[in-house]
Amino acid sequence: MSVLLAFTAAVLFGLGTWLLLQRRLTRIIIGIGLIGHGTNILLITSGGGGGIPPVIGKGDPENFADPLPQALALTAIVITFGVTAFLLAMAYRSWQLTHDDVVADDLEDRLIASKRRQDSDVADVEAADRAHATDSAGDDES
Amino acid sequence: MSSIWWLLALHLALAAAAPVVARSQGSRVMLFCALAPAATLVWTIVAAVSGGADADAITGVGWVPELGLELTLRVDAFALLWTGIISGVGVAVFVYSASYFEGDPDVGAFATRLTAFAGAMLGIVVADNLLLLYVFWELTSVTSYLLIGTKDKAPEAVAAARRAFVVTAAGGLAMLAGFVAIGVQTSTFSLSALVDNPPSGTTATIAAIAILLGAFTKSAQFPFHGWLPGAMAAPTPASAYLHSATMVKAGVYLIARFAPIFVVAVPVWRPTVLTVGLFTMVFGGWVALRQNDLKILLAYGTVSQLGFLVVLFGVGVPSVTLAAVVMLVAHALFKSSLFLVIGVIDQHAGTRDLRTLTGLARSLRVTCVAAVLAAASMMGLPPLLGFVGKEKALEGFIDTSDGWSSTVLVAVVAGSILTVAYSARFLQGGFGGGDPDPVSRVSRRVRTMGLVAAVGSVAGLLGGLLAAPLRDIFVPAAASLEPSVAGSKVKLWAGFNEALLLSAIATVGGLVVFASTDRLGRLQRQLNVPVSWTTVYDGAVSRLYTVAERTTATVQNGSLPVYLGVIAATTLGVPAGILLVDVALPADAVAAESMLQVAACLLVAGTAIMAAVSGRRFVAALAIGGVGYGVALLFVIQGATDLALTQFLIETLSVVALVLVLRHLPEQFPAVPWKLGRVLQGAVAAVVGVSVVVLTLTAGSSRSTPSASNYYLDRALPDGGGKNVVNVILTDFRALDTLGEIAVLVIAALGVTSLLLVLPGGVPARRLRTGDSILLTRLANAVVPIALVFSAFLLFAGHNAPGGGFVGGLVAGAALTLEYARGGRGALERIVPFDPRLLLGGGLAIAALTGVAGLLGGGEFLESSKLEVDVPVLGTMKATSALPFDVGVFMVVVGLVVTVLARLGSASEPSRATYTERDGNEEPSVVGSPS
Repeated sequence: MSVLLAFTAAVLFGLGTWLLLQRRLTRIIIGIGLIGHGTNILLITSGGGGGIPPVIGKGDPENFADPLPQALALTAIVITFGVTAFLLAMAYRSWQLTHDDVVADDLEDRLIASKRRQDSDVADVEAADRAHATDSAGDDES
Repeated sequence: MSSIWWLLALHLALAAAAPVVARSQGSRVMLFCALAPAATLVWTIVAAVSGGADADAITGVGWVPELGLELTLRVDAFALLWTGIISGVGVAVFVYSASYFEGDPDVGAFATRLTAFAGAMLGIVVADNLLLLYVFWELTSVTSYLLIGTKDKAPEAVAAARRAFVVTAAGGLAMLAGFVAIGVQTSTFSLSALVDNPPSGTTATIAAIAILLGAFTKSAQFPFHGWLPGAMAAPTPASAYLHSATMVKAGVYLIARFAPIFVVAVPVWRPTVLTVGLFTMVFGGWVALRQNDLKILLAYGTVSQLGFLVVLFGVGVPSVTLAAVVMLVAHALFKSSLFLVIGVIDQHAGTRDLRTLTGLARSLRVTCVAAVLAAASMMGLPPLLGFVGKEKALEGFIDTSDGWSSTVLVAVVAGSILTVAYSARFLQGGFGGGDPDPVSRVSRRVRTMGLVAAVGSVAGLLGGLLAAPLRDIFVPAAASLEPSVAGSKVKLWAGFNEALLLSAIATVGGLVVFASTDRLGRLQRQLNVPVSWTTVYDGAVSRLYTVAERTTATVQNGSLPVYLGVIAATTLGVPAGILLVDVALPADAVAAESMLQVAACLLVAGTAIMAAVSGRRFVAALAIGGVGYGVALLFVIQGATDLALTQFLIETLSVVALVLVLRHLPEQFPAVPWKLGRVLQGAVAAVVGVSVVVLTLTAGSSRSTPSASNYYLDRALPDGGGKNVVNVILTDFRALDTLGEIAVLVIAALGVTSLLLVLPGGVPARRLRTGDSILLTRLANAVVPIALVFSAFLLFAGHNAPGGGFVGGLVAGAALTLEYARGGRGALERIVPFDPRLLLGGGLAIAALTGVAGLLGGGEFLESSKLEVDVPVLGTMKATSALPFDVGVFMVVVGLVVTVLARLGSASEPSRATYTERDGNEEPSVVGSPS
C-alpha cells in the first residue's frame, strides 16, 4: 500500500474536521464532503496496492485490484451525494427561515446551562422546579 | 405442568375484562376476578394431591435462546406451596374486596391491577429462567405502584407509590445485574441448573450481593424498609395481599431459592443475611411499638416479620429452612387476616387511630375473635401455626452449635419480645377500651368482611392443631430447597425443651414490655432519630436531580462544535493514541506507487486546502469539485474503473447542487466569533488527521486472513453470472447492503423534498441565468439523447463490463442536469413528466421485489437466478435477476438527481411550473427573466 495515500486521506480528514467544527452550515457541508473523499481513499487503500480493473477475462486475476473495497466505496460515494443534497436542502431552508446558515446553540441545553448559574445554590428540587416554571412562563410572554 | 401457562393467561384475560365487567356489575367484578386465584387454588390442590410437583419438569419455549432468555416454568413442591399461599390468600382478599369496594367507582381499575398482580406474583414463583423471573418481578413492582396510587388524587398516595416503585425497581435492577453476572459466569439462567452447579468466586460474590439488594428492597429490609409503611396508602385489601402476604415475600422467596446456592460458595452470604434480617426484625418491632395508626403499626410489624423470614430462609441450615416454610405459611395467614381486620375496623369506625377506637370487642365479635387468633399466631402462642414455626426455628438454632447461633438466638428472642408487645398493643388498641362503640349499627357489608377476615385466622388455628399431618405439605416444600430435611417431622407439641423455655421468656417479656409502654415511650422519644426515612429518601432524590442537572449543564453547553470536537477527539484520538505505541509500516508499504499518484495526491491536497481556507462560497464549491476529480484520478490509477466513473459523475452533480443552493447565500463567509478558539479547533483537526494515518497504517499491517475478495473473484461468474466483479458484489453477493443503501438515498431525497416543500415567498435569490445560451442549447440538443442511450447501455452492460445501475443512473442524471441547465425546470419536465418520487419508490420496490423473487424461487432473499431467452433478430439473451435489481438502483439514482435539481433549483423558477401543476407555458425566456 501507498503511504502517500494514507497521508492524503489524513489531510482530507483533518481539513474536513476543521471545517466541521465551524458554525457555517456551508463550511460543514464542505467538511463532510472532504471527509467523504478521505473515507473513500481509506477504503481503497484497505484493499492493498492497485491493480487492473477486476473484470473476469480481462487479465490475470492475480493482478486484479481488490473488488470488495471498490464495491463499498462505490455505494459510499453515492450515499455521500445523498447526504450532501440533504444538508444543502437544510442550508437552503435555514437561509429561507433565518437569512443565515449559522448553526446556533441548542436552546434547551443553553437554558439548562444558564439555569445552573442562576440556581447554583438552590439544592431543593422543588424550588428549582418552581424557578423553571416561572422561566417558561416568562418565555411564553416574550 | 404446562397447564400453569393457562392459569397465567387466565389472570391476564380476567384483568383485561375487569373494567368492562365493573361497568355493569360494580364491585361484584371482584368475585368475577376471584375466578383466577380460585382456579389456581384448585389447580394447586389437585397437583398436591396427585403428587404433581415435579422438580425436573421444566415447561416452556425459547424466546431469545441466544441470550439465554427462555420462557421456562417449573413447579416443584416449594413453588406449589407458594401458589397455594398466593391463590388461597388471593381468594379471600378478592371476596373481601367485593364488599370493601361496594359503591366505589374505581373498583374496575382496582380489579385489573390486583388480578394482574396475582398473575405476576404467580409467575415469580414458577419461573425457572432467571430473566423471566425478573420480568415477573418488575411486573409486581409496577402493579404495586398502581395499587398504592389507587387514590390518584391524593398527593401523598402518589408520592408513596413513587417511593415504593423507585426503591423496589432500583433493587430489581441490581438483582438483574446479579442474574446476568451469574448467567455469564455459568452460561445458564436456569434456577434449577444453578442449584446443581453453584457458582463461586468474586463474580458470584458480587452477584450474590446484587441479588440480595433486590431481595432486601422488595422485602423492605433495613435500610430500604421505609417504602412499606408509605405503601399503606393503598386500599386495605391491596395491603393485605401485596404488602403483607405476597409481594413483599418475593424477596424472601428469592433468598430461599438462592440460599442453597450461595450459602457455602459465597462466604459473605450468611453474615449479610443474618445482620440485615436480625437488625430489621428488632428495629421493625421497636418502631411498631410507638405507632398509633393500626395499619402503620402492622406495616412495621411486617417489616419485622420479614426480617425474621429473611434470617430463617437465608441462614441455609436445613432444619431452620423447614421452620421457615412453616413460618411463611403462618405469617401469610395471620398477617393477611390482621390487615383485613383493619379494613373492617376502618370501614366500621371510620378511623384506624388506636387512641380513639373503643368498644369494638363487643360490636364486632367475629372480627375480634379473628384478630385475637391471628395476633396469638403472630406472638407464637400455642396451639397456633405461628407457635409451631417459631418453636421449630428456635430448636434449629439451638441445635446449630456454631459460634453465631447464640447471637442469633438472643436477637430472635429480643425480636419475639417486641412482637408479643406490639401484638398486644394492636389488640388492646383495636378492641380494648371500656366505652361503648359510638357507631351503634354494624352494616351487613362489614359483617361479611369480618367473616372473610376470620378465614385466615381459623386456618392458622387448624394449621397448628393439624401440624403433624400437614408435614406432607411442609416437608416436601422444604426438601426441594434442602433435600436433607426429607425425613423430618413437624409437631405442635415437642415437649418441654429449651425452645419452649425461650418462647415463654419471649411471651412474658413481651407482656412486660407492653405493660410498660408508657415509660418506654419516653425512652423511645429520647432515642428517636429526628430524621424520618422519607426525609432522607426525598433528600437523596433531590440531591440526585441537582447533581444530574449540574452535570448536564457542564458537559452539555449547547454548542455543536464543542460536542463534535469532543466526539472526534475521543473516538479517533483515544484508540489511535493506544495504537501509536507500536505502529509499524505494513510489509508492502511504499512511499508512492507512481509519479501519477503523487501528482493526483498533490491535486487532492491542494484543492482541499483551498476549499477549507477560502473565504468565498463559490470558490470553496469549485475547489471541492477539484478534490473529487483528483480522487477520481486516484481511482483510475488504482484500477477502480467503476469507482472513477461514479466519482466523476457524482462530483459534477454535487458541484451543480452546491451552486444551486449557494447562489442564494452571500458570496463571502462572514467571520463568526467562536469560543473554543482557533487553536483548539486546529488541535482537534490535527488529532483526527494523525489518528487517520495511524489507523490506516495499523489496518494495513494487521491482515491475518486472506481477503474475502478471493471468494468473490472465484464465484462471481459461476454464482453471480457476471464478469464485472464489483457489479456482481453490489447486485448479488452484497445485494442486501445495496438495498439498504438505495433506501438511504430514497430517504435523503424525500428529506430534500419535504424540507423544501413549503416555499414561503419573499426571499429574493439571485437568478440562475438559464435558457439564453445558444451554445448550451446546441450542446444539450446533441449530447442529451446520446447520454441517455449510453446510460441505458451502461445499465445493461454493467454486469460484465464497467458500468451498472449506479453509473448508468448517474450518466442519465448528468444528461438531465445538462438539459436543466439549458432549459430550466420546464425542460426537465419534458423528459421526466411525472413526480420523481415515483422513480424513487418504484426503484426501491423493484429492487426489493427482485429479492422476494429469489425467495419465491426457493432460494434466499436476493439470491440471483439466471434466465436465457431467445429473442428474434438479437439471438439468445442471457440475463440474471441482478438486472432488474440494477434497474431499481438506476431508477433511485435518477430520482435522486431529479429531486435535487427540481427542489434545490426551484426558487429561480416561476412558481407555476411545478411537478404537480404542469402547464404548457415553458418558454425559456419566461424561465430566465426576473419577475
